[in-house]
Amino acid sequence: MPADFNWAIGGEAGDGIDSTGKIFAQALSRAGRHVFTSKDFASRIRGGYTSYKIRTSVSQVQSVVDRLDVLIALTQRTIDENLNELHDGSVIIYDGDRTTMQDVEIPDGMIGLDVPLKGLAEDAGGAIMRNVVALGAACAVSGFPIENLDSALEKRFGDKGRSIVENNMTAARKGRDYVEDEYDEAFGYDLECTDEDYVLLNGDEAIGMGAIAGGCRFYAGYPITPATNVMEYLTGRIERYGGHVVQAEDELSAINMALGAARSGARSMTATSGPGIDLMTETFGLVATSETPLVICNVMRSGPSTGMPTKQEQGDLNAMLYGGHGEVPRFVLAPTTIAECFHKTVEAFNLAEKYQIPVYLTADLSLAVTEQTYAPEEFDMDAVEIDRGKVVDEETVGEWQDEEGRFKPHALTDDGVSPRAFPGTEGGVHMSTGLEHDELGRRTEDTEMRVQQVDKRSRKVETARDREAFEPREFGDADADTLVVSWGSNEGAMVEAMRFLDDRGIDVRFLSVPYVFPRPDLTEAVEAAAETIVVECNATGQFADLIEHDTLTRVTRLNKYDGVRFKADELAERIAAALGTQAAGEEATP
Amino acid sequence: MSSNVRFTDFKSDAQPTWCPGCGDFGTMNGMMKALAETGNSPDETFVVAGIGCSGKIGTYMRSYAIHGVHGRALPVGAGVKLANPDVEVMVAGGDGDGYSIGAGHFIHAVRRNVDMTYVVMDNRIYGLTKGQASPTSREDFETSTTPEGPQQPPVNPLALALAASGTFIAQSFSTDAQRHADIVKQAVEHDGFGFVNVFSPCVTFNDVDTYDYFRDHIVDLADVDHDPTDYEDARSRILDPGKEYQGVLYRDEDSVPYSRRHGVDADMTDVPDGAPEDATDLVREFY
Ligand SMILES: Cc1ncc(C[n+]2csc(CCOP(=O)(O)OP(=O)(O)O)c2C)c(N)n1
Ligand code: SF4
Repeated sequence: MPADFNWAIGGEAGDGIDSTGKIFAQALSRAGRHVFTSKDFASRIRGGYTSYKIRTSVSQVQSVVDRLDVLIALTQRTIDENLNELHDGSVIIYDGDRTTMQDVEIPDGMIGLDVPLKGLAEDAGGAIMRNVVALGAACAVSGFPIENLDSALEKRFGDKGRSIVENNMTAARKGRDYVEDEYDEAFGYDLECTDEDYVLLNGDEAIGMGAIAGGCRFYAGYPITPATNVMEYLTGRIERYGGHVVQAEDELSAINMALGAARSGARSMTATSGPGIDLMTETFGLVATSETPLVICNVMRSGPSTGMPTKQEQGDLNAMLYGGHGEVPRFVLAPTTIAECFHKTVEAFNLAEKYQIPVYLTADLSLAVTEQTYAPEEFDMDAVEIDRGKVVDEETVGEWQDEEGRFKPHALTDDGVSPRAFPGTEGGVHMSTGLEHDELGRRTEDTEMRVQQVDKRSRKVETARDREAFEPREFGDADADTLVVSWGSNEGAMVEAMRFLDDRGIDVRFLSVPYVFPRPDLTEAVEAAAETIVVECNATGQFADLIEHDTLTRVTRLNKYDGVRFKADELAERIAAALGTQAAGEEATP
Repeated sequence: MSSNVRFTDFKSDAQPTWCPGCGDFGTMNGMMKALAETGNSPDETFVVAGIGCSGKIGTYMRSYAIHGVHGRALPVGAGVKLANPDVEVMVAGGDGDGYSIGAGHFIHAVRRNVDMTYVVMDNRIYGLTKGQASPTSREDFETSTTPEGPQQPPVNPLALALAASGTFIAQSFSTDAQRHADIVKQAVEHDGFGFVNVFSPCVTFNDVDTYDYFRDHIVDLADVDHDPTDYEDARSRILDPGKEYQGVLYRDEDSVPYSRRHGVDADMTDVPDGAPEDATDLVREFY
């Protein structure tokens, strides 16, 4: 594995950590380097520790590791918080002129670079640019050509005017020059650039982009971390394609608006997080019973209740699978990477309309806020196909009417899928209801019809299993004794963990499952393995329960629920421990 | 739009299960008349109803329709209309549906001003759950769950609408057929959110707010000197407690509906076979 480089900036919320990190990530990406970012933020606007970390390499990176090479510390706490990730030779850039940093403690073996960030920024035109001075200093330390910062600064400040951009460029150079003049040592890093073009985006953005590409034109939502970015992405963009975003008064309203738009004939979506899912649950039943195609995106965070709203967790699986009174089929899709957030969103709309079923599309906080570089071809717009399912028009509506010319929106078909008529279609008039209904949509308590309608709705699931490929993503050696299974955002960490495991002679087969329901049958894979380990970010092992249920085999549960995502090295360590293999210390670090 | 639609075209073949004499019959007939007279056809009309005796209206009318969950009909209506601006949207519900469980949506629907019509069948009681107090029940009205009366004043839906910057606020009486249909018709024609609170007596559970009571107490705004475009005039009448008005209380002639404010005019129901032609621009933004 080519050497990677790990960088971070940390400080108090309000210190501009996020935008500084983003500028550096963008600069690296534009210089043809792969980037993986991770953010740690507290649930408050000012104050509270926040950090932005970047792992970068010339090959693809898809996980964080416990290691920091260069740290920009805006407070002493930044150093303290990251102590276990710093190593001999790590460089810490700080501003000794800051009252809070005057007695800064640089741990043994690490290199502290005292750079007058504020003073140099003032020289360049304003103290506000002190983080950019720090970026310039980081360029000097890491051997990253400062010219590469320029286009990222342009992108960030371009609409604020030429002079702002130029001042920032100057500020960055002052930081670089200061380090080069004051510290004549070489720090041992050399961030090479390539000619590759990458795009840098997070999971929420990929979902928003997938929605537009997949034909979604109506979105209603209510702000909630970490799903709000989906709404912010769509706002101002979906209009270009004739769509609209409504900020509803609450989640109850949001899902009902989305339902109305869907029945009206639009591809429609709402996105929320755990507490919002709870509020939407009553209407979810209506969506399902009325067989309305709707995509409900749940960007999970740590629950229950308001839990830890800015922390990682995959705790809502059961809520999505079983939430709500009564029994109604639904699909649950869980993209496993940021690129998959795009593809699965497109797929979610197709599945929703082909089977006239609500689809939960679930990401988790780690996927949502993490940014990663990809080759732009990963988001191939020409490959996007839209299938609206059985929509009737004036010519075909007659095939679906009874003797009296009444349209049958819930016709009992072999595949369980009935026709759809949008308002304006002559001869397609019908009512959609949450009450049990007959083929015409009229309320019924007839025992036979009740059973037929319940069966019809469930039949769609069987049809989908027949027609779609709900396959896992497969990695590693198919004959390995150890099988690791995970869902959602753990894929990246696991794929990298496999390299560490390989170094220790541990051979694993890894199945990453993006379909929770309907899901692939893993029985054969589980039976073929000597040991199956299910990796997930929750305490009880909700996905492991499903695997045991499907395969009638006990699995080993590997759970993490401290609010922090799995890191590749940590995951490797825990898998080795679960297998009873001695951890091999030194090789663990990349 | 077609001109030869009759109001009976909006009648479904389902037999209403409302109690004989229920005010909802008249309320519904007036809605159908208003739709027919404004030139709408069932194929281009969408009726959204909530839950309650009132909510059954979606079954008895013939049009595209949704019978939703309790209290959430208004957001559904907004979604239908915004996605498909060519359909005429009419939302119906009860006083419990609209002013209790759905009260939050009510004020926001009013201020959102989506171009649709909202008809509340106000019987001042919960009918379908067999006679509990509703938000418009009188303070001393004894019901199964409030044996001493709710002991809290009723809400004034017209005042709520006015406070939420309503652009069309009206009230009618279901049994005064021609007048009621005419008021709903004006709401349909209004460019924005047309709100009509309809006295629609429950003959089974409410022996206070009866046909006789309304007949004796209603003041028709056509018979008094009232200018609905005069905000102050509207305000003083709406805030005058104990008056049962019939007619259009307030109409904002300058109402700008949501779709015009937000530039939402596209029909969102037409979706191409693939991603939009310039969709790669979306990818390029991430360079
Ligand atoms: C979430 C929920 N809570 C309670 C009910 C039970 N419920 C059905 S109708 C109704 C009250 C209806 O009163 P109103 O809106 O005044 O309509 P009416 O029946 O009087 O026409 C209630 C509480 C329900 N269906 N859903
Ligand atoms: S209970 Fe009251 S509101 Fe319901 S149908 Fe009977 S009369 Fe009408």
